[in-house]
Amino acid sequence: MSDDDETASHLTDKQKIEITKWFLLNSPAGEIQYVAKDIRAILKNEMVYRTAAAEAFPLYNKSHMICLEFPDRSGEVMVTTFNEIVENEYLDPRTAQVAMVDHVKQVCEDTRPANDEELPSSYIEEYRFALDAEIMKYVSEVYPKGVCSVYCVNGKDVEEPGLDFELVVVICAARHSPQNFCNGSWRSIWNMEFKDELQTVEVRGKLKVGAHYFEEGNVQLDAKHECKDSTIIQPPDDCAVSLTNIIRHHETEYLNSLQVTTYSHLT
Amino acid sequence: MEAAMGLMRRIPPKHSEAALSALLSLLPDHSSDLLSQVDQPLQLVGLETTEWLHLIDGQLLFRSPWSNKYHPALEDGPYPSPELRKLEIEANDVFAIYRDQYYEGGISSVYMWEDENEGFVACFLIKKDGSKTAHGRRGYLQEGAWDAIHVIEVGPEEEGTARYCLTSTVMLSLTTKDESSGTFNLSGSIRRQMNMDLSVAEGHLCNMGRMIEEMEGKLRNSLDQQESTEICTHFQVYFGKTKEMVCTLRPPSELVQTRLPDS
Repeated sequence: MSDDDETASHLTDKQKIEITKWFLLNSPAGEIQYVAKDIRAILKNEMVYRTAAAEAFPLYNKSHMICLEFPDRSGEVMVTTFNEIVENEYLDPRTAQVAMVDHVKQVCEDTRPANDEELPSSYIEEYRFALDAEIMKYVSEVYPKGVCSVYCVNGKDVEEPGLDFELVVVICAARHSPQNFCNGSWRSIWNMEFKDELQTVEVRGKLKVGAHYFEEGNVQLDAKHECKDSTIIQPPDDCAVSLTNIIRHHETEYLNSLQVTTYSHLT
Repeated sequence: MEAAMGLMRRIPPKHSEAALSALLSLLPDHSSDLLSQVDQPLQLVGLETTEWLHLIDGQLLFRSPWSNKYHPALEDGPYPSPELRKLEIEANDVFAIYRDQYYEGGISSVYMWEDENEGFVACFLIKKDGSKTAHGRRGYLQEGAWDAIHVIEVGPEEEGTARYCLTSTVMLSLTTKDESSGTFNLSGSIRRQMNMDLSVAEGHLCNMGRMIEEMEGKLRNSLDQQESTEICTHFQVYFGKTKEMVCTLRPPSELVQTRLPDS
């Protein structure tokens, strides 16, 4: 086997970068580093690998909503499209910090206090904070290894009732157990649009469940579901409770249908 | 090659064809290794047979186990000896009955050829399509396919016994889609091995049949299932593993569990 140009691949670097990105982006939950190691060994071309990794890792990290520990171990930050300030800076509203992230290493290297412009107004923060507290309670009850966050994605500078704004709840639970040859992840994204004119909150949920079983083979589960609901605008604490109940209801129903409906389809 | 096989174990099985062609373009020197080691779903040529393909001079060739002819036509392709061909014909008939019993339909074929060690290789193939448009009896799977490949290497006969090495690969893919549970896709492949030294007094076919039955039984029984032969039963084994994982992510609450029986 020789590595010279005669026998090696006839692909251009650009094509190799595209292929490498494709492999990285199709890594199962929690397995991108293993895929990176293998594709790097196959490529034997650091320039191509680095270019592809620099483009693919941020996309993968955000779509998998990975969770990184602060360097001082004081807490964790989630990497999502909703709290991205620039490509390597992610806001953690719970601690009012901004995490500096190395996407390829998948670590949080440093933090800085968030600026006032990066944080929501105190009116919005009341809703966000109350919802965050309820969601944390819910997640700790039902997900053994769950993490969650609540961000304001629209109208964060709204100061008083009368204008629309939008919060998003993200929940991620991942489990990696190579000793059982199984990895899996649960991700849910809940958009909450506060519509002042109608005095309602429109709720849109997107749920994704994946599992990878790899004892003597490769079997993967990939399940997705979307749902909608709504409630009325109430004071922050009451709103937080009813929105959390909506999430609890839909996520429980979905798990139920995954187990019952789909399972009975198979029997 | 090791890294390439590592990737194939991680990339979602529904993308395995794309992954294989990407690897072939990155590693042209390893194309024959890749093609022989990566499991790909069985191909159908014609309506009745699952064809075994030979790669000869870079061209894919199919020999029908029923007519013993090649597609595309080939004058002097590799054929089994007349004696082995007789066993091949017999095996196809017996295996078709087995397939009807266990799979309620589907397509099967058996291929045999002599190997270099004075023994022979037998390859038993079953393909079952359980989707709405195909012969799946229940018909509500958006898409569902089950391919089983059992390759048995039979060693030369010594003092009335022979060594049988069985490698079984099953490939599955299943998609359901509905309002309440969204889209659900389960796909993948599993490979298992079994070796046995058996007396040839009752004939090779009998021994091979018993091994395949035992192997398929093991795969089915991993999930305490009652006797059911629908394609879906096979899926449960694998569904069970991924379901266990989903339950560790978000254990079902008691509330949900008590409601399960009525739904």
